[in-house]
Amino acid sequence: MTKKFFLSTAWLFFLSLSSISNAQPSSDLSADFQEKVKSISAELRCLVCQNQTIADSNASLAIDLRNQVSRMLRQGKSEQEIKRYMVERYGDFVLYDPPVKWQTWALWFGPFLLLVLAIAFLVSSQLKRRAEPDSDFNPANREDLRALLRGDKDQL
Amino acid sequence: MRKYLLPLAVFVLVAIFLWRGLFLNPQEVPSPLIGKSIPEFSLPKLQKENSVVTSETFLGKVWVLNVFASWCTPCLDEHPMLMELASQNRVMIVGLNYKDGFQSAADWLGKHGNPYSAVAVDIDGLVGMDFGVYGVPETFLIDKSGVIRYKKIGPLSSTEIQDELLPLVESLQ
Amino acid sequence: MIPEIGHFSIILALWVSVAQTLICFGGAVRSSPRLIAFPRYSSYVIFLLTLAGFCCLATSFLVDDFSVLNVASNSNSQLPWPYKLAASWGSHEGSLLLWVLMLSGWMSAVSLFSKQMPDEMRSLILGVMSAIAIGFYLFMLLTSNPFDRLLPPAVDGRDLNPLLQDPGMVIHPPMLYMGYVGFSVVFAFAIGALISGKLDSTWARWSRPWTTAAWCFLTVGIALGSWWAYYELGWGGWWFWDPVENASFMPWLCGTALIHSLSVTEKRGSFKIWTVLLSIITFSLSLLGTFLVRSGVLTSVHAFATDPERGVFILGFLIVVIGASLLLFAWRAPKVGLGGNFNFISRESALLANNVLLVVAAASVLLGTLYPLFLDAMGLGKISVGPPYFDAIFFPLMAPAMFLMGIGPVLRWKNAKTLELATKLKWAFAISLVSAIIVPILMGGWSVFVSIGLLLGFWIVVSGLVNLLEQIRRIRMGSERTIFQVINSLPRSYYGMLVAHFGVAVFIFGVTLVKGYEEERDVKLAVGGSVELSGYRFSLASLDDLIGPNYNGIKGTVFVHGADGKLVSTLYPEKRFYHVQSMPMTEAAIDTGFFRDLYVSLGEALEDGSWVVRVYLKPFVDWIWGGAFLMALGGLLAISDKKYRSKRRSVPNQATVSS
Repeated sequence: MTKKFFLSTAWLFFLSLSSISNAQPSSDLSADFQEKVKSISAELRCLVCQNQTIADSNASLAIDLRNQVSRMLRQGKSEQEIKRYMVERYGDFVLYDPPVKWQTWALWFGPFLLLVLAIAFLVSSQLKRRAEPDSDFNPANREDLRALLRGDKDQL
Repeated sequence: MRKYLLPLAVFVLVAIFLWRGLFLNPQEVPSPLIGKSIPEFSLPKLQKENSVVTSETFLGKVWVLNVFASWCTPCLDEHPMLMELASQNRVMIVGLNYKDGFQSAADWLGKHGNPYSAVAVDIDGLVGMDFGVYGVPETFLIDKSGVIRYKKIGPLSSTEIQDELLPLVESLQ
Repeated sequence: MIPEIGHFSIILALWVSVAQTLICFGGAVRSSPRLIAFPRYSSYVIFLLTLAGFCCLATSFLVDDFSVLNVASNSNSQLPWPYKLAASWGSHEGSLLLWVLMLSGWMSAVSLFSKQMPDEMRSLILGVMSAIAIGFYLFMLLTSNPFDRLLPPAVDGRDLNPLLQDPGMVIHPPMLYMGYVGFSVVFAFAIGALISGKLDSTWARWSRPWTTAAWCFLTVGIALGSWWAYYELGWGGWWFWDPVENASFMPWLCGTALIHSLSVTEKRGSFKIWTVLLSIITFSLSLLGTFLVRSGVLTSVHAFATDPERGVFILGFLIVVIGASLLLFAWRAPKVGLGGNFNFISRESALLANNVLLVVAAASVLLGTLYPLFLDAMGLGKISVGPPYFDAIFFPLMAPAMFLMGIGPVLRWKNAKTLELATKLKWAFAISLVSAIIVPILMGGWSVFVSIGLLLGFWIVVSGLVNLLEQIRRIRMGSERTIFQVINSLPRSYYGMLVAHFGVAVFIFGVTLVKGYEEERDVKLAVGGSVELSGYRFSLASLDDLIGPNYNGIKGTVFVHGADGKLVSTLYPEKRFYHVQSMPMTEAAIDTGFFRDLYVSLGEALEDGSWVVRVYLKPFVDWIWGGAFLMALGGLLAISDKKYRSKRRSVPNQATVSS
């Protein structure tokens, strides 16, 4: 397994070596345009790198895809069209911003559902407790008494 | 007690998924192109610079498209399998020379042998991009109507050729 | 010979841990004082044996013993010696050894600093810790022995991953592991309390300094890792929401929640069930992190070479430890009382809300990290979850928590009055709001994002100051003490809280301003060429060949001139090529400043001899890590509070303050 891992790393590495001559500088382009290319690339995943965006990676494929993004932008394509182009070729996997569809409902709505449930649970249990007297704060318990004595200072 | 079991239940659920996850490969991305027609292209043909290979050239045949390059070391590992496959004459193999050059591709094939019936040369890698190529070598199997049926990223092994590729070829003939 | 000694002492450490675990739990069952006293000493033995093992491994690295597989795969004779030392925890095997070294270290620390604790309790805690240690010793010895020999020996080693050949990487893992492993103490306290049934405010008081200590280490560890990524990966990012980063961030979020809920449990006796559950969850997330990094279930920039066999082992271990403790929790929790009552508007409520937000945030990070795995396991396709998702979920959850940070410390326990609160804080809010509107305009560009970020930052700082003044005023009323005496009389844990909260504010300022105002250019530069970036002119003066100990490369000289034409800084970005791993590395050059960093890195070489150069202007970026270090400093101040040092002395002391 280790050997296989090593080989695949080496394989990825050779892919990245092949990049050197293909880099296309973009110095002649305006800062705004670069910004746009960058912001789109920053949401696309580089497939050959372990876990990087194509904006960050220097792998050959990342550079090609960055160039493709800037070419498509120059052709007047919108961000949506560029993303669709990528998804058609590489699947949803390239999108770091997963699209909202039924498979990702739990992903997108889960956190807020959890928050609402937690708040509802707490409020209801508080209301229930309000009806009861302090259950555990026993003045006979020395610790609790001490805590009570400390009370003033504990406002800190 | 039941509500206090909730954390345990959540953990058990997560553990089941983690267990399944151990036997999955997160690096393996299935191609969305499977089941779709091959992208249109028209590329110069190696050693016959005046003619072209297009997406329609092989309509009506079951064929293998193998993406390779002379700079790609894992391609060398795969090469003997392709030579073997070509010698069996069971399926036509077409090469896509990816981000390479006419001369270097010809030299490489001259040195290691040429398993390809035809080689299309894709110097700037744009056709490769349309095929969603990201890890050379890659191999596609295309049916008679030009629909992609199978894709393998990385070097093919002889078992993959025997157990996956060839049975599929048979069923498509 | 040395590796065998190391191997042997680790085996011995395993057996002593087994003995300690059996004796501790046996002692608890039979309540035998002699058995209960045993772990006080055996903990030291385990630590010394593990230390011996660790020293043996480090020696093998330092003397280039390439007959040890671990050395041959992760070191090289040309590697500078500090990195040889660091390489001993650079691999999966070595880092496990570091992990158990820290675990046994924490165990000894518990044994050393818990003299005032009842013997039975301490014995239970040490028993739980040694039980965890058994798992890790077994894991190391059975699947990942760092002392495995390589026969015949290699002529030279395959070298340490060049990414790790960096001073930041030398100290980042030890700090991180101190944090991860430190939470095992808190976990052991929780399990001990659940078993013995003594889940009270004393338990919380004991637990607190340990929690804070582990949290401080984790904070520093994460900050160092982020700083390392910033200058080493070469594109100026500092947080990527990578699974491995998330693996360390989840326990941090839960640990932060735990620190706050412990304070309620200690002072008011409330939230006991929640606090004990949170202790378990925090350590469980540390363990889960270990699993994620080492099993290969997720792809990450930083993951170790993976092996399913190891994954199966850790997962089994995870199921035993976490499953058993959650089962214990489900069994004992119903018998735990609820503690003091409190009103909706009270410090308890604010802290509870803070806990909910932090834990939901941690749960979201977990969800986002594991979601691709969930979908894949159910055959529903492959997706990626990255920064856009985490940013979208995380910030809305954290903003209210930041807002509560201003209010919570001002609120009274049990029952606070809304009106009183509003009077205290209305000016604080007004000042923050005005600053948050004005400052972005002064910075040269107003945006909602920047304004909200700054509002939260100012709010935390100003309300903290209001709180401090209020405390001073309250104590001075009816007493003759001078301001200095009053300031001196406030407990350190209070200052710790303030400093840590200010740290959060500093962090927010850093994040907001760097996100809002950073500038970057990717340009093609030949020698003699230059590029302008918001008033700074970066000129590439020369490119020179570079020969290092185990790499060669290119070193650029970049002069940076300010708008007035004066030389601001000279930067030397490098592109290195490490021979053995044949891996190119970008070494960014940074001019660090209080208000901004100038950042230059060499991208790719072009055919005509020029280079693609990336230049960045990052305003206030160092505040991000500065804030994190302030948080850790706050934690440190809190631990040093005298109430944790001697129980006897602190009681009369408190009486004088409250009188």
